[in-house]
Amino acid sequence: MAETKPEAAPSTDAHEKMGFWRQYIFSIDHKVIGKQYLFLGLFMGYVGVFLSYVFRWQLAWPGTAVPFWGKVTAPQYYEVVTMHGTIMVFFVAMPVLLGAFGNFLIPLMVGARDMAFPRLNMASFWTIFVGSVLLLISFFVPGGGSKAGWTNYVPLSDAAKYLPGNYWGGNLWLMALAIDFASVLMGGINFLTTAIAMRAPGMTFWRMPLLVWQELAASVLFMLSVGPLIAGVVMLLFDRMVGTGFFLPEKGADPLLWQHLFWFFGHPEVYVVAMPGLGIVQEILPVFSRKPIFGYRMIVWSVIVAGILSFTVWAHHMFVSGMSPVLAEPFSVTTIAISIPFAVMLFAMIATLWRGQITFSTPMLFALGALANFLLGGVTGIPLGTNASDIYLHDTYFVIAHFHNTLVPTAVIGGFGGIYYWFPKMFGRMMNETLGKLHFAFTWVGFNMVFIPLFLIGLGGGQRRIYMSSVYTYYKPLQPLHVIATIGLLVIIAGQIPFLLNFFLSMFRGAKAGANPWHATTLEWATDSPPPHENFHTIPTVVRGPYEYSVPGMDQDWAPQAAAVEAGAAQG
Amino acid sequence: MANSAVEIGITHAPHDVSASFELGNIGMWVFLAGETMVFGGLMGVFILVGISHGGWGADGAHVNWRLGAINTFILYTSSLTAALAQGAARVQDSARAKRYLSATALLGVLFLVIKAFEYAGDYREGYTPLAALFWSFYYLMTGLHVLHLLAGIVVIFGLAFMVGPSTPASWFERKLKYVCLYWYFVETVWVFLFALVYLAPTAG
Repeated sequence: MAETKPEAAPSTDAHEKMGFWRQYIFSIDHKVIGKQYLFLGLFMGYVGVFLSYVFRWQLAWPGTAVPFWGKVTAPQYYEVVTMHGTIMVFFVAMPVLLGAFGNFLIPLMVGARDMAFPRLNMASFWTIFVGSVLLLISFFVPGGGSKAGWTNYVPLSDAAKYLPGNYWGGNLWLMALAIDFASVLMGGINFLTTAIAMRAPGMTFWRMPLLVWQELAASVLFMLSVGPLIAGVVMLLFDRMVGTGFFLPEKGADPLLWQHLFWFFGHPEVYVVAMPGLGIVQEILPVFSRKPIFGYRMIVWSVIVAGILSFTVWAHHMFVSGMSPVLAEPFSVTTIAISIPFAVMLFAMIATLWRGQITFSTPMLFALGALANFLLGGVTGIPLGTNASDIYLHDTYFVIAHFHNTLVPTAVIGGFGGIYYWFPKMFGRMMNETLGKLHFAFTWVGFNMVFIPLFLIGLGGGQRRIYMSSVYTYYKPLQPLHVIATIGLLVIIAGQIPFLLNFFLSMFRGAKAGANPWHATTLEWATDSPPPHENFHTIPTVVRGPYEYSVPGMDQDWAPQAAAVEAGAAQG
Repeated sequence: MANSAVEIGITHAPHDVSASFELGNIGMWVFLAGETMVFGGLMGVFILVGISHGGWGADGAHVNWRLGAINTFILYTSSLTAALAQGAARVQDSARAKRYLSATALLGVLFLVIKAFEYAGDYREGYTPLAALFWSFYYLMTGLHVLHLLAGIVVIFGLAFMVGPSTPASWFERKLKYVCLYWYFVETVWVFLFALVYLAPTAG
């Protein structure tokens, strides 16, 4: 049982010799860990969808029994709303976009045999697994899961007297979050070290695929923004369990402090989720347009500028909190400014399509759908970032529709696109196109059916976090829009059946995928599908940028990043 | 047709980019960047809450700055022995490096013993974590620092224990570098804590 040294030639059979537990459960192979993240994220995602089904039913038909749940009580309503947000952001978007795609793709895309610290990588997955289990357990503790909203504002979430029956739910919520943060920090250490130090020969920074850039940007943003909130989570736990008063006004503290800590992290967190999602879209668009991405370097600089600016905008979440209106002005300005780099990226993506040879395959449909809705999400951010208009729109469904139009296109629609696109690489088989297109149609149409009405409800003054809207007269005219939105959600849920069938059946029955079924250029397509143990038979030498499509004078319309044997010889 | 990496792969072997980087070194720096934000956030909050209260007043006047100063001296000395251990490892003198390393960890233990007496004294005088907002911050910040120090002591003792005559010198030097980097970080955090929690409140 001699240990193989990292630099030794890959032994394909070394993988076979390992037992079931080491190979599939406590694996240190980044590809297996990536898939584990994907399965965990998908599972948690459908838990989150079920919760949204419960509260959306209550919103459309208040007070009626929800099928598979029963009548929703007020505490239950706040519980499912809180847990939906928490699960979707911290236990779906992060594990799928960073954990699954980052883990699976970064080593393959930069030409490394594995992550820099494989054991840390395994620890990262099992840490978030424990966090997910804790959060799910919190549904069953006395009082149920946390009801304090996904932003967990104090003092509501602090002393027990403000929110009775939330003691264990709230504590477990905080613990699960801290564990989740620790896991993503471990992942970030791996992402950064791997991409800095383990790139294949010739893989310069300016030849890295955009997804790698955006995963790195997301890791840096997360690492630099989450620290104060980790401190805040510990402080809040002490408040709740020991009796300190870090956030309690009656003990002389300022409750706004939590909002500052939460949003100092919370706004960069939006980009932690959005950037890898955009990265996926930017990988898919050139492949199915057969064109180089438009403005590769401009996109990278936009990501960097947006990342820096994202630390200066957080108080736009707090315009009505009672903070100084003088401060609101600069935060409005930075918020409007941050739309510029994102507009640059959107224009670059649209320009990539221009006069391309577009194939409407399933991954491309998801990428285009993501592009369209992210545009809507970005544009509707401007009235929210301007403090004058935000005072009217704050805490209405307009806010909900806005952030779902930024995060769902990137994390969910982009994420699904990524699953369809890299499924052949992950499992060696193709997914079914018909079922895939059905899934896209239901998901995308359903999504817009939910959130376009919510924009209108918000403009009509419909407040969020209202359990029984039927008791307010002003809400009556808005009620039909809630019904449309809930029907839209049912359409989305129906659309998941073809996806799940497709996903699990294709894993075993799909048509065999070759090494490079999409004729793509990046390094992951230069190895087998699925890649062998330690990824590459020989570490490739990179000779060009990542998006060389339709290069004039070549007999095929793509030029892989990896040198062919002859080309490598010609290079000398 | 290109269905196998063998056709595309080339014969050249060495993985030359990674040879110029030390993975553990980069990983440790990235980790410490994240840690900086945890402590930085906490200290930033402490400063801002202090300002909005118009200073910590009488609450902050009772910290035992004498024990804090002694501990600062001890921790500085432990960083010196850590640096001496690195110097010894650089000239392949593992035995001497091991002695300096053990001295570093023992000084860390001494810091913790003094800190324990200090906590006990504060506690006896009624300055518990619940006594006032200042004391909540005091216990939280120094307590988090103690946990970091404890982790460092365990790792240093572990490393000193693992080093024997047959240990490859380059391996030891690398591991020592990562551990010392962490130790210097924990020491630096203490310098800031000493200034913020001990000196500033007692001076005013």
